[in-house]
Amino acid sequence: MLSRGVHPLMADRHIYPDSPELRARWGNFAWTEANAAKAKEIVARYPEGRQRSASMPLLDLAQRQVGAETNTQGWLPIPVMEYVANYLDMPIIRVVEVATFYTMYNLVPVGKFHVQVCGTTPCMLRGSDDLISVCKAKKMPTGGVSEDGLWTFTEVECMGNCSSAPMVQINDDNYEDLTADRFEGILDALARGESPKTGTQEPGRHTVEPAGALSNLHAMVGENHDYRGEW
Amino acid sequence: MALQDKDRIFTNLYGYQPWNLAAARARGDWDNTKALMERGRDAIIQEIKDSGLRGRGGAGFPTGMKWSFMPKESKDGRPSFLVINADESEPGSCKDREIIRHDPHKLIEGALVAGFAMGARAAYIYIRGEYIREAETLFAAVAEAYDAGLVGKNASGSGYDFDVFVHRGAGAYICGEETAMIESIEGKKGQPRLKPPFPAGAGLYGCPTTVNNVESIAVAPTILRRGASWFASFGRENNKGTKLFQISGHVNKPCVVEEEMSIPFSELIEKHCGGIRGGKDNLLAVIPGGSSVPLVPAEQIWDAPMDFDGLRAVGSGLGTAAVIVMDKSTDIVRAISRLSYFYKHESCGQCTPCREGTGWMWRVMERLRKGDADVQEIDMLWNVTKQVEGHTICALGDAAAWPIQGLIRHFRPEIERRIAEKGGALREAAE
Repeated sequence: MLSRGVHPLMADRHIYPDSPELRARWGNFAWTEANAAKAKEIVARYPEGRQRSASMPLLDLAQRQVGAETNTQGWLPIPVMEYVANYLDMPIIRVVEVATFYTMYNLVPVGKFHVQVCGTTPCMLRGSDDLISVCKAKKMPTGGVSEDGLWTFTEVECMGNCSSAPMVQINDDNYEDLTADRFEGILDALARGESPKTGTQEPGRHTVEPAGALSNLHAMVGENHDYRGEW
Repeated sequence: MALQDKDRIFTNLYGYQPWNLAAARARGDWDNTKALMERGRDAIIQEIKDSGLRGRGGAGFPTGMKWSFMPKESKDGRPSFLVINADESEPGSCKDREIIRHDPHKLIEGALVAGFAMGARAAYIYIRGEYIREAETLFAAVAEAYDAGLVGKNASGSGYDFDVFVHRGAGAYICGEETAMIESIEGKKGQPRLKPPFPAGAGLYGCPTTVNNVESIAVAPTILRRGASWFASFGRENNKGTKLFQISGHVNKPCVVEEEMSIPFSELIEKHCGGIRGGKDNLLAVIPGGSSVPLVPAEQIWDAPMDFDGLRAVGSGLGTAAVIVMDKSTDIVRAISRLSYFYKHESCGQCTPCREGTGWMWRVMERLRKGDADVQEIDMLWNVTKQVEGHTICALGDAAAWPIQGLIRHFRPEIERRIAEKGGALREAAE
């Protein structure tokens, strides 16, 4: 049963139980060669002695590595958080605090595609209810993985694509100006292993200009216009 | 008079042309930046002050004055930092994304000029985690600027050393609050700090820090090139300049557009958005500055000038100029209740009135939405919003309270109607 006041579509935010099986699977986690180089570059962005600043980008890097190893968006098992803490020479609890505070760190396994439907008011006004219905009809679990391993669904808060709403973020890409039909087409294409067009799905629209009725900056459409001559 | 294309700062706003350095230079960016810096720190700050530029992140604090709070020189060896707020997460706001993915060099050049003016040794650009592709563009643009010698050692040949770093967030609205952002860059939970000390005294890593919005920084080079009087020729007194407006919701053509400050709401909508869906008479209400500001009913917003003072005069605010339009098909109680859920979700949990209050307010809003409440609870909810407002470390509590207050102020009869309808249905069932 849901506890009082918990939104029914919110992702699970509990830490995955520590167990001998989890240790066996992830206890030997270490950076790949490529990620070891990236991690070094990331730590160098911050001043001497302030390496703790790198905990956020390194958790992201670790989650992506887990994702690559499991063919999913990735998540953060406790032994992986420990690895990051050791790498930065900081207490594990400080890393767990960060991982649990920020919603983009997955604390439990997710599917190959993490379907994040924005449900905040600007998207709601443009039809995000219909997109959520599509996810429900496809029986995408929230805070879990569908039986075929493909899908995890989360209703998320404003993603900053309000002038091309409603929108969905799936792993690293945004799909904007959606309708239920367009959304279903994208999900089906992903399931088939294709890479559907990202960004706006409105025919003829480029990005966030007034669709089909450009009201300004016409000269920019055809050439990289330099307006300085008109100053 | 409407803004002309030649006076638009973000000419590649829609991304019809490449974002890269060569294309940005052809549009006028990084054009002898060294000369801008040679004017000197004080002259740059004075020019920005004279332009009337007010912070574009929501609060509208004068940008030049903010820069002038930074120490002129370090007396104890501590460096200074510029932090650029690209954590755009206020529902309705989607302008910084367009700057970053289509015109990132305006931001990076602005970072150098602003950082130099305030004596900072580096800028950290904090971009929200969900802007994944946008961050890729930003990292690539910064790398281009380093390779061309525009930033880094002897930046742009000015003799000034200045670094630019990108720090990605990971999904927390609260990190848009400046001290939460500083905590987050330090690798901690994004929980706001008590002020004082203010960031200009002790901010990032305990060093003097200024936090500015992306748009505030990105317009700075153009202001310096064209002069304060050019920028100040747009908009009303105290509300100067050009501004990126982001229109969402029930208009025929939602869009992001750079316009003159103080443009009337009606002109903005008719000229760029193809009008209200279903026509002017179908307009119900507008949230003119992002989710935190109170809504304004149709009849009050139509002729209002879209600027700081004009929207304050109708009991709301310009905020980030994120204009959320709602027509008469909108369930207005649900629209606001969904915002209440947003604030409940995003409360960092540090202060009790906000942590408990946001959840409490959302639950009551949900009952009001369904009419499953007593009329007296409307006043009780109003009182609770007043107990949350002003009683927390940061403004998230205020931001959660204001939309509800706007709803009760303007749509109380609608809430009462739902309660009466539900009550009537219950009485009939009981008979």
